[in-house]
Amino acid sequence: MGNTRFRIAANKIFQGIVVFLSFIIIVPLFLIILHIVINGISAINWDFLVSLPAPVGEEGGGIANAIVGTFIIILISSIMAVPVGVLTGIFLYEYRTSKLAEVVRICVEVLMGVPSIVLGIVGYLWIVLTFGSFSALSGGVALAIMMLPVIIRSTEETLGLIPDTLREASLALGVPYYRTIIKVIVPAGFSGIMTGILLSVARIAGETAPLLFTSFGNPFMNLNIFKPTETLPHMIYIYATSPYKEWHTAAWGASFILVVFLFALNFITKILARR
Amino acid sequence: MNKTILKTEKLSAFFGKEKVLKDIDISFPEKKVTAIMGPSGCGKTTLIRCINRMHELIAGATITGKVYLKEENISDLNPILVRRKIGMVFQRPNPFPTMSIYENVIAGYKLNGLRLPKDDLNIIVEDSLKKSALWDEVKDILHRKGSFLSGGQQQRLCIARALAMKPEVILLDEPTSALDPKATSRIEELIVELKDTVTILIVTHNTAQAARVSDFTAFMYLGELIEFGDTQKMFIAPDNTKTEEYLTGKFG
Amino acid sequence: MAGKKSRQEKDAFTLKEKVFRGLLYSAAIVILLLLLGFLITLPLNSLPSIKEYGFGFVFGKVWKPTKGELGALPFIIGTLYTSFFALLLSIPFSLSIALFLGEYFREGAVPAFLKSSVELLAGMPSIIYGFWGIFVLVPIVQKIQLSLGIAPYGVGIFTSSIILTIMILPYSASIGREVIQLVPDDLKEAAYSLGATRFEVIRKVILPYARSGIFAGIILSLGRALGETMAVTMLIGNQNKIPKGIFSPGNTMASLIANDFAETTEELYLSAIIEIGLILFLLTMIINLIGRIIIRKTSVT
Repeated sequence: MGNTRFRIAANKIFQGIVVFLSFIIIVPLFLIILHIVINGISAINWDFLVSLPAPVGEEGGGIANAIVGTFIIILISSIMAVPVGVLTGIFLYEYRTSKLAEVVRICVEVLMGVPSIVLGIVGYLWIVLTFGSFSALSGGVALAIMMLPVIIRSTEETLGLIPDTLREASLALGVPYYRTIIKVIVPAGFSGIMTGILLSVARIAGETAPLLFTSFGNPFMNLNIFKPTETLPHMIYIYATSPYKEWHTAAWGASFILVVFLFALNFITKILARR
Repeated sequence: MNKTILKTEKLSAFFGKEKVLKDIDISFPEKKVTAIMGPSGCGKTTLIRCINRMHELIAGATITGKVYLKEENISDLNPILVRRKIGMVFQRPNPFPTMSIYENVIAGYKLNGLRLPKDDLNIIVEDSLKKSALWDEVKDILHRKGSFLSGGQQQRLCIARALAMKPEVILLDEPTSALDPKATSRIEELIVELKDTVTILIVTHNTAQAARVSDFTAFMYLGELIEFGDTQKMFIAPDNTKTEEYLTGKFG
Repeated sequence: MAGKKSRQEKDAFTLKEKVFRGLLYSAAIVILLLLLGFLITLPLNSLPSIKEYGFGFVFGKVWKPTKGELGALPFIIGTLYTSFFALLLSIPFSLSIALFLGEYFREGAVPAFLKSSVELLAGMPSIIYGFWGIFVLVPIVQKIQLSLGIAPYGVGIFTSSIILTIMILPYSASIGREVIQLVPDDLKEAAYSLGATRFEVIRKVILPYARSGIFAGIILSLGRALGETMAVTMLIGNQNKIPKGIFSPGNTMASLIANDFAETTEELYLSAIIEIGLILFLLTMIINLIGRIIIRKTSVT
């Protein structure tokens, strides 16, 4: 009888501990968002978004080059990663039992786990050295490699969920295999594939490490993909670790923009996933 | 005398080393309904999938023997063309979920990139839907998605989709087993009407259905053709004891 | 005749079909070549360093580029120290969240809120963690250090481990939640019908059943911790020595590369840094591999 009471008490205590430990996580999240919003909002104004950084010590200035640079690099990586990623995903779906597919899957898993800084090294060795300069292109390549495993995995998964009957119906109408894939299967999986792409963009949009020695950074606006380019995450890094107060404020503002962008991306992804 | 439209000659089918169809010889008469019946695993679905060359899509699946569509060996033809001449309707209705009813009917054309003028397509849609007894129910909602229809309606949509390709033969693989009795009888009526337009092969495990709709019946058991003949005759006085046992419910 | 036309069409189809399949294979080959490229490039560019320092590089305790003495041990230790500390610290929290969302409260507004919060944390960029860490976490740690009577660096192993803990726990929490949810109801009901309390069902039925999945989540967290760069770089103190204690500054492999790579063009030095990148790459790969093996062995299904 005593034992039973002990067991019941232990049960309640355990539940209490679980609930307590679960909600502790809210504290840092809350604090992070709080600081970003409070410190960031004060830095944001139209000028901030459209002007270039001011020299040290001067008032004003903005993060326009970083915003543009981030978009350029995301565009470059997407152009590289999306076709290769989706095609590889289709490959893994089509030939799922083949040996090559097994090998590719292992490669994808390994690539997924490569530390982002190592991708930066590779981007440097392959692109920066080849072209002789830091560039948005090299940053895009490093980030594209980060996007690939996410796109490949979600494409393969999405296609795998599509019922066989759809494929059969199309084939029975005399539609050749490749058209069945392109016009029936892939469209049926469109929202899943799109979700994967958006997730991969969210993965790389805030990345800094691979850009440290690829796209490097640039106090000026740059639209040439073969030249160094500033990005939001990189700028935050430089400014946050600097000794200048104005730069800290700017870093909070840039953080705010970055986080809002990621929120928006996540929100769109959720809506799409519901379809 | 009935003219033969489809003929199999010593047709055997394999999944890897396993032989699931054993030397099938059948001549299917044109513009008639032939039922293929038998207990589960007798090979009836494999048989029709050999006829529209869907069997070979499974990894490790092979056939020996020949199948002739109107004197032409279908192995000599491109499988895609075979499937345009021989349509198929599946057990579970499978309209394309992202397409409207209209688009579903002409899916065979769209997906194959066969461009036809809008007027021609409209005629094909109306004609096919009328033939599959669905036109009156959907003529005002042609642009809604196919998945909103009931099971029976979806199956008639799939029949319309197959008919739109103007095939010579339509293969029905247990087309009513997923439907309720009312939808089933509608489709059975449809089958009898359709045979004036197109030859029909219907796989069914429901002997009563075979008796209701078919002119000829093939009875299969464990991959072999046990008996083939006029439906009425076979049901009243089967030649083979196995056939009689199956019809009287002794097994299957 | 139908035969002739079909041969022409046959060729057209076959050509398009071949092109399509060719594209698919090409994409797959690109992935293979990519990984192969890594496996070639990294060792190739580490060669000068390997030749100079040999195998002892891994155990070398001193990193003084100006003197030409380079050893990777401080960073290997820094990486392992911070990662394992963060891992151990995160487990109680992530397991609790996994149990909370996967077993106790699966539906409702409060669990949905918690789930979204965890997702938000997972999506927060590393740089922002680091930035926040500098301005919020460091002062807190400094206060702790002062009260303990030690030098108030603020930065160091401890601080970076704390931030790592927060960063990695969403991963093991999500995966843990998924596998805990998948434990079949009838197993749990059998235990309840024998008079077990919830706590006991968790200990004796749910956790054992889900253990390989939970372990997979832990390995995933560990992998992230090992490779984490920015937040750690900003909070670890950047001292190229083996850390003496938990509050000492130090450096991880990733943060060393982040700091020093762009600073030099000297071939040997650069090659040594690349070699450290290689070591980090191999370490992560090996841990993932070990994780996979253990998961396969402990999996119930």
